[in-house]
Amino acid sequence: MARNPDADNAPAPKAVKTSTIEFDADKAKSFKVVGSRPPRPDGMDKVTGRARFGADMVMPGQLVGLILRSPHPHAVIVSIDTTEAEALSGVKSVITRDDFAENADHHDVLCNIMAREKALYEGHAVAAVSATSKAVARKALKLIKIDYQILPHVTDVDLAMAPDAPLLHADMITSGVSPVPTKPSNVAGRSEFGHGDVEAGFAQADVIIERDFKTAATHQGYIEPHACVANVGADGMSELWCCTQGHFHVRQVCASLLGIDVSRLRVTASEIGGGFGGKTTVFIEPVALALSRKAGRPVKIAMSRDEVFKASGPTASSSMNVKIGVTKDGRITAGEGEFRYQGGAFAGAPADFGAMSAFACYALDNVKTVAYDVVTNRPKGAAYRAPGAPMSVYAVESVIAELAGEIGMDPIELRLKNAAREGTKSSYGPKFGSCGLVETLEAARDHPHYSAPLGPNQGRGVASGFWFNFGGETCSTLNINADGTVAIAVGTPDIGGSRAAMCIMAAEELGIPYERVRTIVADTSSLGYNDTTEGSRVTFSSGMAVIKASRKAVTEMCNRAAMIWDIPAEAVTWEDGHAKPSGANAGDFEPMSLAEIAASASKTGGPIAGHHEYNADGAGVSFGTHIVDTEVDPETGRVDILRYTVVQDAGKAIHPDYVEGQFQGGAVQGIGWALNEEYIYGEDGRLQNAGFLDYRMPVASDLPMIDTVIVEVPNPGHPYGVRGVGETGIVPPLAAIANAVSAASGVRLTELPMSPPRVLKAIDDAKVAAQ
Amino acid sequence: MVQVTLSGTFQQVAGGISTLEIEAKNIRQLLGGLEKQCPELKSEIEKGIAVAINGTIYRDDWFQPIPEDSEVFIIPRLAGG
Repeated sequence: MARNPDADNAPAPKAVKTSTIEFDADKAKSFKVVGSRPPRPDGMDKVTGRARFGADMVMPGQLVGLILRSPHPHAVIVSIDTTEAEALSGVKSVITRDDFAENADHHDVLCNIMAREKALYEGHAVAAVSATSKAVARKALKLIKIDYQILPHVTDVDLAMAPDAPLLHADMITSGVSPVPTKPSNVAGRSEFGHGDVEAGFAQADVIIERDFKTAATHQGYIEPHACVANVGADGMSELWCCTQGHFHVRQVCASLLGIDVSRLRVTASEIGGGFGGKTTVFIEPVALALSRKAGRPVKIAMSRDEVFKASGPTASSSMNVKIGVTKDGRITAGEGEFRYQGGAFAGAPADFGAMSAFACYALDNVKTVAYDVVTNRPKGAAYRAPGAPMSVYAVESVIAELAGEIGMDPIELRLKNAAREGTKSSYGPKFGSCGLVETLEAARDHPHYSAPLGPNQGRGVASGFWFNFGGETCSTLNINADGTVAIAVGTPDIGGSRAAMCIMAAEELGIPYERVRTIVADTSSLGYNDTTEGSRVTFSSGMAVIKASRKAVTEMCNRAAMIWDIPAEAVTWEDGHAKPSGANAGDFEPMSLAEIAASASKTGGPIAGHHEYNADGAGVSFGTHIVDTEVDPETGRVDILRYTVVQDAGKAIHPDYVEGQFQGGAVQGIGWALNEEYIYGEDGRLQNAGFLDYRMPVASDLPMIDTVIVEVPNPGHPYGVRGVGETGIVPPLAAIANAVSAASGVRLTELPMSPPRVLKAIDDAKVAAQ
Repeated sequence: MVQVTLSGTFQQVAGGISTLEIEAKNIRQLLGGLEKQCPELKSEIEKGIAVAINGTIYRDDWFQPIPEDSEVFIIPRLAGG
């Protein structure tokens, strides 16, 4: 047993042996459906308005639920008097903290969905009502009397870490620190990663650059606000309709918070109008259920946009220091970073993921990252595409660009020279298996965009990025219908085109046309537990479940054909959607189609189906490289995105349209994060811009066409080589745009967003300094 | 015996231990041995961790075999958006 965490304690280098090999290289050479671009199965519903989103469900006798929220960023809730509200005609139920029992398993979630001793941020729920109309519900909220004892607040991450900062939780002792602190603080946890000796590495460097960076909190900006309808019956049987990325998770948490058996709550996921990580937890769902239970009638709650900004889960803001050393010939000798993230009022800012991702693109002998998860008087953060990575990578990739300039090396060549590849010991520990960073860098270098001429006040930036990807608990069922069509049930809400991908993979395995397959997202009573749609996992994990369920159905169809032909099942093979004798010795029979086997299923043993359930492991990591051209107006500080190219490793693109859509979506959200989006807090601790007029997201007229290049380095952990693609696309843009703005304006901006006032100030400051 | 490396976060919790050897043929045995040798990690293991075996990351897979001479890392449990 070794002590003292120095890098030389690490195991000796070994060849990388992948534990989970699923990839079938021969099959990958002969795809017939995979890689095609058929119409999306949900497209017609969405363009005609037939698709039902969270707020579209109506149940008989449904009531309107509204939530009363704290106007104070930090206050003790001395008392709540609901007497007058309850007496108002039309009010059917009123709930407060007293309607939820303490819950050790989900303590922070409980405190977030309904404040207990303290309100911890402006917008924190403190009571809720259900009533026969919205007008009555609004009036009832005004009749609820709350006695607040206002406390000092803190919304900035660095101020929250100060010894004299207002303390949010008297029992918060920093984890990950030895010895364990004796006093509480706002630092929920400290994380550390790395290997080697960074001081020795910096001593070898010819050039060292150290910079401080800040990024603002941003919101996922999904168009559909959170909405749900809850119905708790007199017998305790409950149903919940909601827009969510993970209805099985919603069921688990809500059942626990309400103290009911999981089997008594059926959750159905509606169509979803965007999630991007922000719909991976619960906010209003337990409240609606509690109101319904008390009222004995269905209750619908739909957040306003103001509530979405103030009381759902934006991403963390950050304050960071990064130091990197490089030799004149472009070898990075050491990298070091400290990443301080505030994630709102409860622990869970993705600082550790930020620290793990920061240097993941590089093969480094000496690297150290430290992360702090800090609480502040802001809404509890939720996941947002590659949670934690865009900020830390922004800092690292900005310094890499500066270093390239200092040593006079092309920035892509510098990255290639130090790029992580198969067998590289990652900056967070394990060696990388098969991965495609080098391929994305080479494709970016060779892309016409990279050598296109630039005009005055224009600049080009490049950055790479990384995300882990994961699999998770997954199951799926595939039913062969009597007419030869196929119905698939998955438990992962479709937020990016996964139903089309499932249909393609089943069609590929079964050898039938795409149009013969339909996929639904089943409710929680129809399938075993499925992890949430997150972590870029669905096409990988639900896809593999569908492939394996298809293979089981094929085996059964071969059995049925063998019975009809009266030959051994082993003598039957499946080819192009038909059962066939495997050779001349097996007999002379006409191939039997899937439709023919399905038509006779009732006489050959009953329905034919395939099912697969498993822990999906083997999700391959994902790398991407972005190129962006910007133009900076030196008189106003406005930044225009002129041209943007995303190059990313998808392993295998099942439906390339959707893969390209994920690349483009990540880039666009990154553009917003880089240039305009930010949560702006006043001195009073209240959010100043809780609406799309003041919270500036990119719109179509702000953007060029986002070009895409799909790189395909197969993931050995998937039969078709699939890697998740949903998250990596948002990691490089912050740095790529910062590098482009720097090249265009001649000044290095180290704080996001690079809004016109901030860019203009940086240009003016540089002019003054030059004089 | 499997040589296991703790990521820095867990090293701190485990009082500075960075690597240790555990008799384990699968992840369940690995976690049991880890908890036995480093009781300070019990709450971290209960909250959820991830195990990387030769670069492949596993979240909840007790019976995943650990081949001889594998590279094994204990890292934070991954999530996503």
